[in-house]
Amino acid sequence: MIAVLLILIPLLTGLAAFFFRNEKAVRSWALFSSVATLAVSLLGLTVFKDAKYLFHECEWMQGLGSSFAVGLDGMGQVLCLLTAVAYPIIFLSTWNSSYKRAHNFFALMLLAQAGLMGVFLAMDALLFYFFWELALIPVYFLCSQWGGERRIQVTFKFFVYTFLGSVLMLIGILYVYSHTADQSFAISSFYKADLPYNSQSWLFWLFFIAFAIKMPIFPFHTWQPDTYEQSPTATTMVLSGIMVKMGVLGLLRWLLPVLPIASYSYGDTVSRLAIIGMIYASLIAIRQDDMKRLIAYSSIAHIGLMCLTIFSENKIGFQGVMIQMFNHGVNIIGLWIMVELIERQFGTRKLSELGGLAQKAPTMAIFFVIIALANIALPLTNAFVGEFLMFTGVFTSTVTKYNILFTVLAATCIIFAAVYTLNMVRKIFYGEANALTANAKDISLNEKLALGVIVILICWMGVYPKPMLDLTNDISDSILKISDVHHLLKK
Amino acid sequence: MNALILSAVLGVVMMFSSVLLKQKSAVRGIAITGLAVLLLVNILESRGISFFKIDVSGMMHFDRFALLSISIALFATLVFFILSAKDMEKIGADYGEYFALIFFITCGIILVASFKSLLILFLGIEIISIPLYILTGADKRNLKSNEASLKYFLMGAFSTGLMLMGIALLYGASGTFDVERMREMIAAPGVLSVAGMLLLLFSMSFKVSAAPFHFWTPDVYDGAPTAFTSFMATIVKAAVFIGFIRLFDETFGISQEKWQIWFAVIAAATLFIGNITAVFQQSVKRMLAYSSISQAGFMLLSLYAMNVSAKEGILLYAAAYSLATIGIFAVLNKLNDYTFEGFNGLARQQPVIAAAMVIFLLSLAGIPLTAGFLAKFFMLKAVIATGSGLWLVIFAVVMAAVSVYYYFRVIQAMYFKEGNATIAASGGFKWSLVGLAALIILLGIFPNLLIYWLYF
Repeated sequence: MIAVLLILIPLLTGLAAFFFRNEKAVRSWALFSSVATLAVSLLGLTVFKDAKYLFHECEWMQGLGSSFAVGLDGMGQVLCLLTAVAYPIIFLSTWNSSYKRAHNFFALMLLAQAGLMGVFLAMDALLFYFFWELALIPVYFLCSQWGGERRIQVTFKFFVYTFLGSVLMLIGILYVYSHTADQSFAISSFYKADLPYNSQSWLFWLFFIAFAIKMPIFPFHTWQPDTYEQSPTATTMVLSGIMVKMGVLGLLRWLLPVLPIASYSYGDTVSRLAIIGMIYASLIAIRQDDMKRLIAYSSIAHIGLMCLTIFSENKIGFQGVMIQMFNHGVNIIGLWIMVELIERQFGTRKLSELGGLAQKAPTMAIFFVIIALANIALPLTNAFVGEFLMFTGVFTSTVTKYNILFTVLAATCIIFAAVYTLNMVRKIFYGEANALTANAKDISLNEKLALGVIVILICWMGVYPKPMLDLTNDISDSILKISDVHHLLKK
Repeated sequence: MNALILSAVLGVVMMFSSVLLKQKSAVRGIAITGLAVLLLVNILESRGISFFKIDVSGMMHFDRFALLSISIALFATLVFFILSAKDMEKIGADYGEYFALIFFITCGIILVASFKSLLILFLGIEIISIPLYILTGADKRNLKSNEASLKYFLMGAFSTGLMLMGIALLYGASGTFDVERMREMIAAPGVLSVAGMLLLLFSMSFKVSAAPFHFWTPDVYDGAPTAFTSFMATIVKAAVFIGFIRLFDETFGISQEKWQIWFAVIAAATLFIGNITAVFQQSVKRMLAYSSISQAGFMLLSLYAMNVSAKEGILLYAAAYSLATIGIFAVLNKLNDYTFEGFNGLARQQPVIAAAMVIFLLSLAGIPLTAGFLAKFFMLKAVIATGSGLWLVIFAVVMAAVSVYYYFRVIQAMYFKEGNATIAASGGFKWSLVGLAALIILLGIFPNLLIYWLYF
């Protein structure tokens, strides 16, 4: 029931939002809907924790072997919570930005939420594919209609990239489906498909490319900085905070357990790509002058680490990835809120044109510094917990013999992250105020509220991550058990 | 059998009505009502209620597949009438005759869907083609229309010749026109039967505009009056596909491995030429002509696979492709400018029509939640189930990704570009479009609504 509600609430409220005519009303409606979704998600975490509330299955497309199966496992809980938390924050923080034809904007935002929830909840491969595409369509319209100058071409590139990736994945899904024992798209049948190595080895790339484009992993990342830069900031938050997690979830839920042997044998190749991407993106981030592009490249580096950890295949790493998915989402949304605030006030995102804001807007500076420190993964912030677990996972990995090398190379990115993030803080907040920033105003109440929630989450997860660890414990075990290659090879 | 006789009668009725009735709306009313009745009696027949008992000496057989495909064609024609019948007034003075010709085409469609003898197949194809030559040239004062008609006639006559030649050779090899008996006779390979099969393959490929027999398509579709392009690019093409799949399933079913590779090559070539050429078009009407070629390429996958899901899929594909394309043509018909720029800013002027257009285009592109996705899905599933031809599947989806480019150009023009495309559309037209879009989404979520009829 919880799982169905999480999809239905944003879907129905989103459809209804198309018919609003008053901008203020639709804004409140969207906020109301997102808070309702958050409430349902929290209920699923606390009160209705039994499987009978969290899982739901009903008939759909009989004859094809596909059913409407949705459910919240530990990873689903984390990601749905992230989606549910992110939306009210996004709506609150962009409360003062005005959009042309606002009813369409909010309707599409909510539909995108429904699609994202569906991806995180789907326990049926065909349903997963449905939602995978459905999340994309509203985002395509959002970016193309409300974005920057080059939005149409850039968004279209993004769309074609992801569409190509996903149709290739569809072939993979169909192939696995045709080799399941009971001709079914159910996730349990997929896990039992037990394909021979030579089919796994090419199927792996069909799936991996789809997920790699979404995350994005080098060399499939070229759409990402442009799209983040050109999209309206509220959509960028959705894209980078939540949507990239579709790819990570895809790897964990649909790739590793379904194609364990290929994941093992290509693990090193993928890890190398991830590390190249991390270092490459970090170096580019250092040279960026545009805040949006800087954060976009920083995100590539962070996601690269998640990919690297997933292919080191151990429990501590999986837990780290799941926790970091949540933390990365929270942190990057915080950073985008800052970008939005600065852009709305000064009309620019160029670091070279800003400066000295700390004296004029002290509250903003405090919030920004905390979020920036979380982006560097300083201890006591949430990202530290996630990254520490992930590095431990990579370091202790038994599936690769390059584990130490990988850890060392990946760890250099922490240093790079400190360089570009602190540099950004310095250029925006310190130094002399210039003509542009001399009359800066501090942030307003709704923004304080949104940022306050983010900072609380950063500190809470940084100091007391146990609830998250508990939540991800079982699912990490079960993914590991299914994709454990040593066990499979022995058999 | 119900629909066949009634549609022939209705054709004659329409001819008289154009003489007797002065008001065009009355003619239109009769046509729409007639078609609705036609659809109804066909559905009744698929429920086992048959009004006519005529001995056809086994030359036709109305099984579930045939009846369902006829129902789909009739339903699509009904939608076409509702959306575009009014625009046919603009084409010329012979309003009633257009409907009469369309009803005769419907006869041909029914023959092609239900043949058991190659003679009936030939008759059906001819009954479809000859009225189409006339309809293509219906805009008598327009040079392009005349050119299209002549071109279509010459090329069509030539391919019909090939077809007759093929049938004659097969007759020579087997001594019968009957599909069932012929199948056994030509199972043993022989020069005559292989040559006959290839000639039939080529002539049918011509009729469904598969590459490399597609050259007539863009010119004819572009030159014909838009309302009739809509009809011939969708319903007629889908119906010929039904005949095509029946022919190769029933007549040549045993020797599948012999012709399978031909279909793989033709499908790949059709997909490639259709999609790549569509990318470079400036006129939406011409783009849709190439899009119809590329969609035919996808439908050819069902002939390659030729299994249960291919047959379910071709029906779904026929419905999904026809409905979406008819919707787009109906909107296009109301615009003055057929280029992509002609759509600029349509979303501002007509949000409802633009939203429906988006659904149609997404369906053609094969985005989930639309019927078009499931149609493509069935095709891919059918090919994968054969266990071979994986390269073909991958090639097809790459081409599907290319097709996104030209379909989304229309969406971009409508929503993201400034302009003042205007459409004078009545409330009824808008609601019909919305209904059609809703139907496409409904089929995209519950394909069993359609496939159910095949089994129960």
